[in-house]
Amino acid sequence: MTSPAPSVEDLLRKLAPQVVGVLTRRYGDFAAAEDAVQEALLDAVTQWPAEGAPRNPRGWLIQVAGRRMTEQVRSEQARRRREELVAGSVPEDRRCVPGADAGDEGSRDDTLTLLFLCCHPVLSPASAIALTLRSVGGLTTGEIARAFLVPEATMGQRISRAKQRIKASGAPFRMPGAAQWPARLDAVLHVLYLIFNEGYAGSAGPELRRVELSREAIRLTRAVHALLPHDGEVAGLLALMLLTEARGPARTGPDGELVPLAQQDRGRWDAAAIAEGIALITAALPRGPVGPYQVQAAIAAVHDEAASAAETDWPQILALYGVLARISENPLITLNRAVATAMVHGPAAGLALLADPPPMLAGHYRLYAVRAHLHELAGDHEAAIADYRTAARRTASLPERHHLSLRAARLAATADAGAEAGTGAGADTGAERKGPCASSRPE
Amino acid sequence: MKYMLLMQFSQENADFPGLDQWKPEEIQAHVRFMQRTNADLAAAGELVDAQGLAMPETARIVRSHGGGAPVVTEGPFPESKEWVAGWWIVDCDTERRAIEIAAAVSAAPGPGGRPLDMPIEVRQIMAAPPAEL
Repeated sequence: MTSPAPSVEDLLRKLAPQVVGVLTRRYGDFAAAEDAVQEALLDAVTQWPAEGAPRNPRGWLIQVAGRRMTEQVRSEQARRRREELVAGSVPEDRRCVPGADAGDEGSRDDTLTLLFLCCHPVLSPASAIALTLRSVGGLTTGEIARAFLVPEATMGQRISRAKQRIKASGAPFRMPGAAQWPARLDAVLHVLYLIFNEGYAGSAGPELRRVELSREAIRLTRAVHALLPHDGEVAGLLALMLLTEARGPARTGPDGELVPLAQQDRGRWDAAAIAEGIALITAALPRGPVGPYQVQAAIAAVHDEAASAAETDWPQILALYGVLARISENPLITLNRAVATAMVHGPAAGLALLADPPPMLAGHYRLYAVRAHLHELAGDHEAAIADYRTAARRTASLPERHHLSLRAARLAATADAGAEAGTGAGADTGAERKGPCASSRPE
Repeated sequence: MKYMLLMQFSQENADFPGLDQWKPEEIQAHVRFMQRTNADLAAAGELVDAQGLAMPETARIVRSHGGGAPVVTEGPFPESKEWVAGWWIVDCDTERRAIEIAAAVSAAPGPGGRPLDMPIEVRQIMAAPPAEL
């Protein structure tokens, strides 16, 4: 598999949403424009590295994609003669390179308009993610499919069904009005956040051929931030991504195992990303209004600023979780807040918060994992081991399963160390269920 | 030819404790072994897919019910003594090679570094009919 020089790829990804925007406005058919641009991008990827990039890359893409649309329209025409849709959409200037009149102002807005369309609330998150990566991110269907480990045909179908849904909903290609703006922007940020998380969560261990989704999410969020520099939540989300991604290199050990925050080698954190994230959130917070992404970024910043785990400013983190709990309803906040409470007021106080967990958390492996951690802090190793094991059996992530099993095993080994017979695999008693490690997935 | 190597876990036939009862270094050795095996299969151009399944605690059994509402049974299944733990799909030239891979996987290290000797079911994946000449 050959890939073009990064500069060509970067250029194409930047131009892709602009070209989709121009053609959608010109022909009034987002689905067809999106397909045509995808094909033009594939042409560019094969031609440009060999023949050199054209002098006006954007014009080239508009022309080639425009021609594709025309061809498509013509073949439709041949197939089912003169449908009303067809006649009006054949452009007269189809063979001309668009003039310089399609200025930068329009194209900047187009990227944002396109993002609003691709993250439209009529779409499921999975569909919105795929469509956004392709239309706005300029990734190929194949790249997106590999990133999500699904067959290319499946991803192609998901994208085309998403476009049909948008078409059927009659959503126009224009910016949402003031009344809808906050909710629609929330939807966009949520999709970007999900893309980031997918990349971050999947980044433990050497994943084969996995497009770096977290980097792509950062690139897209950066673009939105450039378009809406005064929006605090956009800045907050970008800061949150940078501050989280900065720890990425230290999050995985030599054997691909997860390394929790407290044990990470902070020297391996990306200092430049941390500095940028802190600058962003520091500038955004005083402007207000404060939203959940800004608060989460502020929490990440407190972690990233601590020179060691022991120097973490837990009282400040606890206060920030208090703010977050008031403005956001995510049950996972309850768990993180319990950890912060334990770090400030002791593990018993943290455990007390989890005595009556919200129904959404019941049976969730994270509840057991957090409880195990707090039991461990409290010195109740027996309870910690039991909860770690339950969490390990309930997680759907293999690296996480290994990590949780390992923590249980380490505690069991220390418990045995007193007797130190060196036989068996520790705590052989209470083995209520046997199970192998179905460690078949390349992590 | 493609083969599915099924790791079918049987509670009765396994003479070793569950992974969460192992020593830390035993878990690490096991994980390293699996990662190296997968990397080798990928490097040899033989790996199609490899997946581990979540434990049966989170499983559901679904059965349609005479055209009415389907019956959904939630895990854990105390009566179930066997479950699929995971699988590999490999694309290799001969059945012999598939068996060789299965044997290597079966010897994954367990407690005390001893091979687990897990039974691995080797099943050929059905393919398109042969071309007509």
